[in-house]
Amino acid sequence: MPSLRLTLRAAAAAAMFGIGALGVGALGVALAQGPAATGVNIDNFSFSPPTITVAAGTTVKWTNNDDIPHTVRAVDGSFHSKAMDSDDSYSFTFAKPGVYSYFCSIHPKMVGKVVVK
Amino acid sequence: MSELEAGGENRRGFLKCMTWAGTGLVWTLAGGVPAAIGLEAAAATRRATPFSFVQVSDSHIGFSKPFNPDARVTFREAIAKIAAMPAKPDFIIHTGDVSQLSKDDQFDDADQIIKTAGVPVFHVPGEHDVLDEGQGKAFLDRYGKGTKGAGWYSFNHAGVHFVALVNVINLKAGGMGSLGPEQLAWLKDDLAAHGPSTPIVVFAHIPLWALYPDWGWGTDESAQALALLARFGSVTVLNGHIHQVQQKVEGHVSFYTARSTAFPQPAPGAPGAQPGPMAVPADKLRSVLGVREVSFVARGQTLPIVDQTLA
Repeated sequence: MPSLRLTLRAAAAAAMFGIGALGVGALGVALAQGPAATGVNIDNFSFSPPTITVAAGTTVKWTNNDDIPHTVRAVDGSFHSKAMDSDDSYSFTFAKPGVYSYFCSIHPKMVGKVVVK
Repeated sequence: MSELEAGGENRRGFLKCMTWAGTGLVWTLAGGVPAAIGLEAAAATRRATPFSFVQVSDSHIGFSKPFNPDARVTFREAIAKIAAMPAKPDFIIHTGDVSQLSKDDQFDDADQIIKTAGVPVFHVPGEHDVLDEGQGKAFLDRYGKGTKGAGWYSFNHAGVHFVALVNVINLKAGGMGSLGPEQLAWLKDDLAAHGPSTPIVVFAHIPLWALYPDWGWGTDESAQALALLARFGSVTVLNGHIHQVQQKVEGHVSFYTARSTAFPQPAPGAPGAQPGPMAVPADKLRSVLGVREVSFVARGQTLPIVDQTLA
């Protein structure tokens, strides 16, 4: 699997570069990218991205960009938002690893998944 | 304005029964009308005075977008249209999404407006009406007196059996509208008391047929509900939710969806569209909003239905 090896090497190189570049602001860039990866946008009756993978302890924030209310509700009932009107958001912190399927309880065709590692 | 489906061969007629006690106490009427009557008796007592009722839907009080900044204004116009009807309807059925976000002030505003029609009102919730923490408790506290379960009920009026179903509670991920086993069991019992010649009107928020499943425009257990209705000779199903007039006839069952009084939605499956508000130019808005008048006359198994826009 050459592509995997390549990826690992690249990751290792990036890690070394990151450590080496601490003093010149690379860490700041890394932090700025962090929160962006934990956001889920609601656009055109879809969760985007539909599946998001995060580390345990991460807070995921959903933002409703549609002009109609939506909700976020776990299939297993473990979390749920209030109705989010346009531009409202909802955050939930995933403490334990697992696969969390969720949907919009107003428009249940809208489904998504949070994978917590 | 157009009159739809006014024909149909009449074998039953309707009851000449004017025991409706609708003076605002909407929950007192169930005992006032014989629930069922034999075919011959029904034919012999054909109604001398037809009656009508009005369906309004999807008032979405609280909705505010540039093309309709205040849904109260268009709802007021809709109710004024009803109040001005030449033949006063016996009652109004609101097929849900009274509010935008299930807020008390939104329900209050809707109530203040609809009561100006001066006739009783029957409600079923839409998914926008069950967004409170109690998932519908606020709606039931206000409109659910005398109802069962999540708010379903039935009543008789002038020989017609009306059934109000709730299909917006406990929706399942990936699914559509849902009735649930408890409500289906109740429906079976409720219908058992009626003979096949009793005209049936069923109303619920989300369409009770698979109108456009990709957008959730249907009800998961609709086939089970329709199987229970199959033995009746005249079944009229009135729904909201999709903010436009669609109709379908399947055997003795006629399905209709109604316009909203707040905003239109795209045609089912319109390319690139989603089942949300469809912005329209201000001068076109009222041509895509409206109310529906349903009349009972002694001439057909399919009811004359007139959809009127607010234009």
